[in-house]
Amino acid sequence: MAKIEDYISSGILELYVYGALSETESREVTKMLKEYPEVEKEVEEIEDALQKLATGLAPYNPEALLASLKSKLKPHPAVKVITPQSSYRTKWVTYIGWAASIVLLIGMFFLFQQNSALRQSLSEAETKNSIIEQQIADIREDAENAKQILATLRDHNISRIPLKGQNAAPDAYATVYWNDNDNTTYIDALGLPEPPRGMVYQVWSLTMQPLTPTSIGLLDGFDEEETKIFTLPNANKSEAFGITLEPEGGSKSPTMEQLYVLGTVAAP
Amino acid sequence: MQQDALIVELQKGNQKAFERIYQLYSESTYGIIFSIIGEKDIAEEVLQDVFMKIWENAKSYDSSKGRFFTWILNIARNASIDKIRSKSFKNKKQNLAADNFVDILESKTNFSATIDAIGLKKYIEVLKPVCKKLIDLLFFKGYTQKETADELEMPLGTVKTRNRACINKLREIVGN
Repeated sequence: MAKIEDYISSGILELYVYGALSETESREVTKMLKEYPEVEKEVEEIEDALQKLATGLAPYNPEALLASLKSKLKPHPAVKVITPQSSYRTKWVTYIGWAASIVLLIGMFFLFQQNSALRQSLSEAETKNSIIEQQIADIREDAENAKQILATLRDHNISRIPLKGQNAAPDAYATVYWNDNDNTTYIDALGLPEPPRGMVYQVWSLTMQPLTPTSIGLLDGFDEEETKIFTLPNANKSEAFGITLEPEGGSKSPTMEQLYVLGTVAAP
Repeated sequence: MQQDALIVELQKGNQKAFERIYQLYSESTYGIIFSIIGEKDIAEEVLQDVFMKIWENAKSYDSSKGRFFTWILNIARNASIDKIRSKSFKNKKQNLAADNFVDILESKTNFSATIDAIGLKKYIEVLKPVCKKLIDLLFFKGYTQKETADELEMPLGTVKTRNRACINKLREIVGN
């Protein structure tokens, strides 16, 4: 299946193994991996290669390390108590000695238990902490992006041009936010379907009489841009904007049968 | 799957399963930690902490969120970063700048028997500078795709495809 091959060669699986994807993206990859054995095999091979690379970095003395770790894992077997040979001491000294040792042992046991319980909850909290830290960082980044978009759209030099779906895609829509002060357009392409592989959306500025389309750029990396907002320069005296579907790299002039959305700039 | 069963056993608190997990992952985890910390004894300490965490928090691993290896990788990176931020580390190692993986591999002479040392050194030799940066940020430093794109001033999609090419080369060399 060609689609799966494309998926594999897109490079998303490497990012998945690194842990560089968002939680949602990761979950999606996990689903793919459960569904397609070839995806799972690929992930295993990537993981194997990365493990080998990391292993190559480790200072080499695994035996010493394993021994040291094992000694921490398992409590040492109880020390065998050697009964002292009967001596000249009177019995009551022995009894007191034993009693004291037992009291001490019980005390130590309690301390040990308390200590390990504390250690355990501390390390649980630490792990939780680091997971939460990661999530906060992700959320902060999303918020930062959203703030930027909001600030841009609030600029009073911006005019908003809604583009309506055309014959090629009646349900599609898009919005152009045009700042003719700094000659920038922001294309909100959330209402466009994901372009098929090998195709890309191209944005056109149009002037009427005579009808002249001028390309202002491509919506590259459509599937990766989560906000679906693209920034393109536009120094034209645009009277309308249109978006067409073109082969990768774009075209010199728009393919009118593939005109997805179109909208005119309101007269000032 | 054998691996899945092993993780289930680990989550139940089976010590044999833990030992197996240790055998499977300790060396690579040690490598990750060492690449961040750059100091053998401290890296060893952190490795032990990391495996204690794996033992104690095994239940919090959720396979739908990602690979077990990735989970360990996250714990290891976070523990190492916490360590180098800690006061005791800063006091002790003020001037210590951890090398990146390329420097470490280049200067190494002793390798574990489980890996192809010559292959790895060869890999480093032919590795493009951009690959060195990508792998360092994404794998060893735990950057997200977006953070990497910003740091290297590269479009998001390019990070993905370039990195794939870098890893393909690695697989060619160290693969079976």
